[in-house]
Amino acid sequence: MEISTLSFLIAALFYIAFFIFSYGLVSKILQYAKTPAPLKIPTMPAPTTQAGVVFRMSREVVLFESLFKSSKATWLFGWLFHFGLFLDMLRHLRYFIDPIWFWVVIIQPFGKYGSILMFVGLVGLLIRRIVVDRVRYISSPSDHLMLVLILCITSTGIAMSFYLGADVISVKSFFTGLITFDIHNIPADPVLISHLIMVASLMIIFPYSKLLHAPGLFFSPSRYQVDNSRDKRHIAKWAKKFEEN
Amino acid sequence: MAVNKFETPELREYPIIPKLKEGAMAHSKPFPAKEGHQEPLGFPGELVEDWHDVAIKKMGDLQSKYKGLQVYLDSCVKCGACTDKCHYYVGTTDPKNMPVARQDLYRKVYRRYFTFAGKYFPKLVGATDLTKEVLDDWYSYFHQCSQCRRCSVYCPYGIDTAEISMAAREVMDTIGVGQKYCNEIISKVHKIGNNLGLPGPALLDTLEGLEEDVEEETGVAVKFPLDVKGADVLLITPSADFFAEPHVDGLIGYAKVFHEAGISWTLSTHASEAANFGMFIGSYENMRKLAMRIREAALELGVKRIVFGECGHAWRVAYSFLNTLAGPWDFLDQNYPIPQHICEVTHGLIQDNKLSFDKSKNDDMVLTYHDSCNVARASRMGDKAGGQFIIPREVIKAACNNFHDMSSDTIKEGTFCCGGGGGLLTDDLMELRVKGALPRMEALGRVIEDHGVTHMAAICAICKSQFAKVFPYYGFSMDQIVSVHQLVSNAIILTGQIDENEDNEDIKHPQQDIDEAA
Repeated sequence: MEISTLSFLIAALFYIAFFIFSYGLVSKILQYAKTPAPLKIPTMPAPTTQAGVVFRMSREVVLFESLFKSSKATWLFGWLFHFGLFLDMLRHLRYFIDPIWFWVVIIQPFGKYGSILMFVGLVGLLIRRIVVDRVRYISSPSDHLMLVLILCITSTGIAMSFYLGADVISVKSFFTGLITFDIHNIPADPVLISHLIMVASLMIIFPYSKLLHAPGLFFSPSRYQVDNSRDKRHIAKWAKKFEEN
Repeated sequence: MAVNKFETPELREYPIIPKLKEGAMAHSKPFPAKEGHQEPLGFPGELVEDWHDVAIKKMGDLQSKYKGLQVYLDSCVKCGACTDKCHYYVGTTDPKNMPVARQDLYRKVYRRYFTFAGKYFPKLVGATDLTKEVLDDWYSYFHQCSQCRRCSVYCPYGIDTAEISMAAREVMDTIGVGQKYCNEIISKVHKIGNNLGLPGPALLDTLEGLEEDVEEETGVAVKFPLDVKGADVLLITPSADFFAEPHVDGLIGYAKVFHEAGISWTLSTHASEAANFGMFIGSYENMRKLAMRIREAALELGVKRIVFGECGHAWRVAYSFLNTLAGPWDFLDQNYPIPQHICEVTHGLIQDNKLSFDKSKNDDMVLTYHDSCNVARASRMGDKAGGQFIIPREVIKAACNNFHDMSSDTIKEGTFCCGGGGGLLTDDLMELRVKGALPRMEALGRVIEDHGVTHMAAICAICKSQFAKVFPYYGFSMDQIVSVHQLVSNAIILTGQIDENEDNEDIKHPQQDIDEAA
């Protein structure tokens, strides 16, 4: 079978996007990991044990605990969006693995409705960004565009899974093919193609934008540090130098 | 020294989030540091010629040294959760006092010089060059942050504006744009040993005066020892405790507690200051140098324990940083926390039934308690998380019959800064201090109305000085702020004490210009 130019282009785009995403993200994570934290600055009250920190961090990651304390509306829309995204990403695993794992099969319908959660959350966040004067003041064009981009990805996804349908068999063979460097044809479906181009764009933007909040949270000293400064001496290498003279 | 005429905000019955008023506080700037304030700290005396390049280089340097700074600069998603959390925003309604907007003053420069998006698409991501106007904004608005960390509680990523304002101040110091109040005080500590520039003989004189006062009042010879070698405890307390009201009543309280518990203690002329303004200007080196005085004093006097008096940011530096800056403390008695807060000491003694109180001595007051920001969100007391909220309240309740907390969103981890922390306790920032106190004044106003509260206790020298100054602007009186150990002092029953049934005469001290003493 002949491979279309479009398929080559989309394949190339995803290889590039995957490379930029991984390279950018790994270098950022390495930078965060390597940069010393010279002082103990957990936001108190903080856990006094490592296990406590794992618990605190889990509450932040899963429940958005701090955001819940600050703004119920932002929390609700933000959490709906992220939880929907999480379900949807799990659902999308079916395009990359074969045979599909059992639990990925189970969550398919949940993932499908996850896109609705995403949509509601994103619209809420966008409205808030435009309507609330304080949030409008702090927004740059990129902050609006990011929401619009993800909203478009979500909408095209919803359109395909609920209304238009898509040739999922071909999509799957295209992506499993990418993994083994064996390029297959992607259907020339405009909704599908725009969905894919936008996803690739998001991957490229990720390590160079505020989407770094995802790895950032795990390296935030106010959240990951243990409150034990009286018991255990904490000193950074660069600060140790002052002690030598 | 009225710099600007301004109106004191009205206390609102139902605090709602105010609408933005752009530029409302753009005129607020502290006095700049002169050469003589800058150079002892290792900073240039005036704006250096290639300031732009020096500043950018310093930013890069700080990002590589402070994980928090690097992560916070990248991670903000502009969700807006912090926008209504800063007392300076609530009090001034200037949008640049929203934590995220304050951070963005720094972040937009970071993006321009250090990120791909900011280098190639500055308009898209709100990145700007570091210009003189931006620098002016920095000077103005990074001196409208009291580094109280309230925003970091509510940020989903824990982004702490304090870290960014500390970095900004350090960058500014490095190019010769320092703030007079902080830097002048730090140079005094480097030279003399305390914020006031109070030399040893004057300190000795003051302490002897206190001994006479207490003996006259109680009939008990409570000592205020200075530079006593071989004492068990070295007390490090803010120099305001030697002079200012109500601080000094707290110092008397500590002395009575030590006396009654039979703990031998001493103050030190070399380390006669708990405050460490090195933190406010974000300078690790200056902070370390100031902290090292405590180590030197402890070694010289051969003490076994270090106890800190009532001071908020000092307790942050002590609890969270002292081990890092001036440790290891292997020469001290490891059976006690190092360092220990005076409230922990008093609380422990109360638990062990070593102190007795006549609570009725405080019956003329109905108390509430102001959690100082640095104690609440940047340190701990006791061995459990949150001990910093429980222990001071238990000490107050052991000494007083009447206590009511302010509303729950304004205390403990959600406490509002007094409005004068972070190196802003200076007359040239009076408008900011008054307006920044608004949320606390509203919360206090409500408990006064609902529960007949008459006094607010605090364990921070800055809080005490700040409230004594701003209370009158809101129709409260300056003596409504009290020290926690002042309450202890009033109620503690000393062995052998003569009990006069006459009017309980308070020990009066001349009101000093106390701001510097914080």
